[in-house]
Amino acid sequence: MSTIGDTKVDDIKAETWASRLGDFWRDFAESKVAVVSLLVIAAIIFVAIFAPLLSPQDPYDLARLDLFDSRLRPGTVGSGGYVHVLGTDAAGRDLLSAIFYGLRISLMIGLLAGLLALVIGMTIGLVAAYRGGRVEALIMRVVDLQLSMPAILLALVLTAMLGQGLWQLVTALVVAQYAYFARTIHGSASAERDKDYIEAAIATPLPAHIILLRHLLPNSLPPLIVVATVQVASAIALEATLSFLGLGLPLTQPSLGALIANGFQYLLSGRFWISVYPGIALVITIVSINLVADQVRHVLNPRRGQ
Amino acid sequence: MLGFFIQRVFQAVIVVVVMSILVFLGVYAIGNPIDVMIDPAATQQIRDTLIRQYGFDRPLWEQYFVFVGNVLQGDFGQSFVYRVPVLDLIFSRLPATFELALGAMLIASVIGIPLGIWAGYRPRAFSSKAIMALSILGFSLPTFWVGLLLVMTFAVQLHWLPSGGRGPTSDILGIPLSFVTPAGWSYIILPAFNLALFNLGLLIRLARAGTLEAMSSDYVRFARAQGLKESKVVGLHVLKNIAIPIVTVFGLEFGSTLAFAVVTETIFNWPGVGKLIIDSIMVLDRPVMVAYLILVVLLFVIINLVVDLLYGVLDPRIRARRAA
Repeated sequence: MSTIGDTKVDDIKAETWASRLGDFWRDFAESKVAVVSLLVIAAIIFVAIFAPLLSPQDPYDLARLDLFDSRLRPGTVGSGGYVHVLGTDAAGRDLLSAIFYGLRISLMIGLLAGLLALVIGMTIGLVAAYRGGRVEALIMRVVDLQLSMPAILLALVLTAMLGQGLWQLVTALVVAQYAYFARTIHGSASAERDKDYIEAAIATPLPAHIILLRHLLPNSLPPLIVVATVQVASAIALEATLSFLGLGLPLTQPSLGALIANGFQYLLSGRFWISVYPGIALVITIVSINLVADQVRHVLNPRRGQ
Repeated sequence: MLGFFIQRVFQAVIVVVVMSILVFLGVYAIGNPIDVMIDPAATQQIRDTLIRQYGFDRPLWEQYFVFVGNVLQGDFGQSFVYRVPVLDLIFSRLPATFELALGAMLIASVIGIPLGIWAGYRPRAFSSKAIMALSILGFSLPTFWVGLLLVMTFAVQLHWLPSGGRGPTSDILGIPLSFVTPAGWSYIILPAFNLALFNLGLLIRLARAGTLEAMSSDYVRFARAQGLKESKVVGLHVLKNIAIPIVTVFGLEFGSTLAFAVVTETIFNWPGVGKLIIDSIMVLDRPVMVAYLILVVLLFVIINLVVDLLYGVLDPRIRARRAA
């Protein structure tokens, strides 16, 4: 059971948010790998936000791309007069700039899909745990069925059905992922639901949505933090996979996955950099998020230290 | 028990029916199949005849019932592109996918289980920590990216293995298979390893957790007190203890491995069902998509049903709780 659930209500009030955050950070910082990963994520977010200022070139401005610059080796000086540190792709895009902009798109899609899946999954899971009975049975049957299928397959099917575009892609990712959130919060909320303070709250004339939002939700939340982090990473990976399969966003604004797919045909002729560098950026992003999530899971684990 | 059984089967049938409606509607909603099938230069008369012939002029619900009627007779329609019955098309690609998936499962267990047992047997050793790091990578690295690296390293740089395709196959009982000849081996090894990575990570973790648990149990302590050799203790007692959960997960993961094959087959140009479905999505070959999706739904529902029923047989509490 969660530590917060076992703590007396008075204790929770006595501890300020700041002191609890401080405790959390101290435990988190025990792992140097996790701290470094967190710094890497911060750097990636920084690059993604300030991509237009950091990039030597606007990779989306087709008028500025020169086909004479296509497939230049890393370190070559192009017609723009500056060094293409990571080379250029087939359309003559500077790869470094393309990666910065690609990170932007990949992160945006990952966060958007993760957040939406969180809200939808959380609502469904909470309602199921609170209502119980047939509603719960039905909802959780659907969720379980969905969890038994691989997310990649669902996302693949949905993008195929919905067609290309940002919102279609996000919808596909959300449908493929909300079930993880629903399952997790349902587990912790069902355990909380049976505790006395919820029973007491139900006995008062408080409306259901207040009990759900003010009492049940905050106390069921901790396990969800880990799932949310992991799911952002897997949304990014899923999006990259879909783009690689040609089912992602149109190529005018390539995400990391699309960049990799784009370079795949040149890989066989030895022009490795077009695929490999965007891939490295993708892998660093996914692995750092996963490492942070791993440490958060470790810190939040109530059985830790026993 | 019979009531539980009937209830589960009934639920599974409802799921299949609902999913078939969703799949049919969803696939119908994309694009205009007529544009794919009919030569744009064809006259209006030819178009009308073909539209009537394929039933596109009838209401959607009527098309669905015609479709279901045909499916129940094993007729999924004809591929728009290949002009052959869809079921024949999918079945002709199935052996390649099954061979790849089985190869991947084999690689995952042959490498994953011993590594996991070692990591559980010596949890503090450096090698064990390296093994666990490997399993995290197996989980978190995107399959397609690893596949790409494999192609780059072993095919493009080292020229050791072919970069894709299935190579020569030999027929066994009329089924074309790759693993019979050494040349076939050289084609299957890279994609199979690529597909194995996720399960490899999973098996390492499972085997490690099971071994850790078994090592601290009384029966291992007694086996040691008896003077059994360590190899016997691990090979006999530990292995037996971890076998059941591994076999369970293995069964469940087979479906996912078939699904993940979509990615691996695309990278390695492996002529299986996954490659077929991606190609079909690209050209909007509607009957192939519908048939593939319904077969996949059927596969997963059956796997779930079997697992559910087995749990019901093994544990009366589940039976009681779920029937309530």
